[in-house]
Amino acid sequence: MRSLLFKSLVKDPVTIAGPEAEANATQELARTLEDLSRRVLGRSLVIREVDAGSCNGCELEIHALNNPVYDLERLGLKFAASPRHADVLLVTGPVTHNMRVALERTWKATPDPKWVVAVGDCACSGGVFAGSYACVGPVSAVIPVDLHIAGCPPRPIEILKGLVALLDAAARNNGAGKGAVR
Amino acid sequence: MAQRPRTARRSDPRPRARRRRAVDAKTWIANAEALGRGEGELVALFAEPDRVHMALRDVAGTRLLTLAVADRRYPSVGARHAPAIRLERAIRDLFGHEPEGLPDTRPWLDHGAWPLAHPLAAKRGLPAKSRGGYEFLPVEGEGLHQIPVGPVHAGIIEPGHFRFTANGETVVRLEARLGYVHKGIEWLMQGAPIARAAMLIGRVSGDSTVAYAYAFARAVESALRLTPPPRAVYLRALMAELERIANHLGDFGAICNDATYVLIHAHCGVLREQVLAACDAAFGHRLMRDCIVPGGVAADLSAAEARRLKALVDSIAPRFRELVAIYDDAPSLLDRTVTTGLVSAELVRRFAAGGYVGRASGRDFDARREHAYPPYDKLGLEVPVFEAGDVDARLRVRLREIEESLRLIRRILDALPRGEVRAALRGAKGEREGVGMVEGFRGDVFVYVRLSGTTVVRCHPRDPSWFQWPLLEVAVKDNIVADFPLCNKSFNCSYSGHDL
Ligand code: SF4
Repeated sequence: MRSLLFKSLVKDPVTIAGPEAEANATQELARTLEDLSRRVLGRSLVIREVDAGSCNGCELEIHALNNPVYDLERLGLKFAASPRHADVLLVTGPVTHNMRVALERTWKATPDPKWVVAVGDCACSGGVFAGSYACVGPVSAVIPVDLHIAGCPPRPIEILKGLVALLDAAARNNGAGKGAVR
Repeated sequence: MAQRPRTARRSDPRPRARRRRAVDAKTWIANAEALGRGEGELVALFAEPDRVHMALRDVAGTRLLTLAVADRRYPSVGARHAPAIRLERAIRDLFGHEPEGLPDTRPWLDHGAWPLAHPLAAKRGLPAKSRGGYEFLPVEGEGLHQIPVGPVHAGIIEPGHFRFTANGETVVRLEARLGYVHKGIEWLMQGAPIARAAMLIGRVSGDSTVAYAYAFARAVESALRLTPPPRAVYLRALMAELERIANHLGDFGAICNDATYVLIHAHCGVLREQVLAACDAAFGHRLMRDCIVPGGVAADLSAAEARRLKALVDSIAPRFRELVAIYDDAPSLLDRTVTTGLVSAELVRRFAAGGYVGRASGRDFDARREHAYPPYDKLGLEVPVFEAGDVDARLRVRLREIEESLRLIRRILDALPRGEVRAALRGAKGEREGVGMVEGFRGDVFVYVRLSGTTVVRCHPRDPSWFQWPLLEVAVKDNIVADFPLCNKSFNCSYSGHDL
């Protein structure tokens, strides 16, 4: 273990490695995101993730934002265990009837100002599950959505881009809260 | 702790004959009773508006029994073989068939929120009026308290409800309630063209998108008696092994993280990310979704990407081994995983629990070997089996499987045939049916499909989680509440795959 720790110390950080073009984009995005989140929310943006019926593919990629390559937390962005601590709800899935109430309650439990981001094709439009007896439909059919991020699932970099766009819009409206960025 | 896995022999690589047989109620009951006596294993149990099917595996191989449902009733399998209970509760909700004698008649997938009842029945029903709350099993005793958790959990995971009954710190009972992410996939597949059904099947459980697409493709090809090109056969296995490695790496990290050992988690995160990025570069999708299609594969592998994959495997192997060495050498970590979340060999056998859950408790089954579908018949496969049945053993199965998958990927890349990667699909006259079974990272994924031309009449995917979820409830018993996340991660059951 000591050798691994030592190697990690002397090695370049793994954060945002990967294919060249993408790496640069990530770095740039990460900087914008850091700057923005500090301006809008004093260097903290707390995210609560809600799976409202997803296939778990979107969760895998949202999870990846926490790994050392994307390392969301160094930007002051972090995932919270409770909606009561959250500024942003990241919602996935074609909201199933069985999850509708839980989603509504989670949204109500999130203090204002709050933003809702629909992540993935299912959350945006119902995706391949649209029209099922078991699904209500897109997230916007249940709670107001501020931003849609398409993809099945969207790559982590795309989710990052989405968060930048959200903060950008929020900054322009000076954090006026829900509705301001729509 | 340092248990040696048994090196498994390879079984006869010839594909087993699969038969479907219409049976009467007497034979149906006799087979259910035989399952109850432990003579064979339940593979799947599913319905149609006018019949029920039971897939089972015994000394004679895997076969499918069909019973006509008269008056919307049929003799319950669950009454004779407990692992069928939840499957029958689901059948009851979806089709309105009454499994006679079913010991637990609470709804399972239907939470009383759908706009209708029995959505897959020939004649759908009206939604039951205010079905009210769900009645959890009663618990009595002094000093017991309940802890309700979910459906929205603290982490970034899927929704489900867990009802813990605890005595102080110790869990005396866990009861799970699932069905929150039921999306109506079986219904959506009915009448869908094969291409759309393939997309749906690839979204049953995102982490197993390759395994599902693979099993579905094999089921369709067996129905249409179509052989995919040899190159596609190898590319499929390549994708399946990459998916296995990515998921196992994620679980390795997550389990250690839940034991607050963040170092391994961080490094596993990096390795996993590199695998996904390589998949993206090679096949155009990080999870390789929609890459396997009936007839072959949708994405070919360039020579350059094949070389990069080989380099990836070479670079991952030593770094992975370093992490395993750390795990082996961390008493504080082993203290959390060893003897935690025990599942007995007896239970695993009774539930025919697949994947690492089964193999950690002595069940020597892996569909890649047992059904020896190509190219696995030519690759050779070592199936690690442990006996301890704890979190540690479930993790060690995964660690060995990562090694084995790395080896398989090298072999596949070396043996990769040239040529076409996709054969055209031609619908057959009349109805045709087929089944496919594939070893996903979590266990055996089973798919039944019946086609009319190139339209899906009926398709049923059965996730390995059906036979693992109930064992999690057993595993966590007598453990402290704080060890639940650890037990849960060591199972990593699919909610979406189960809820359908
Ligand atoms: S958008 Fe795709 S990955 Fe996300 S939940 Fe839907 S099917 Fe799964």
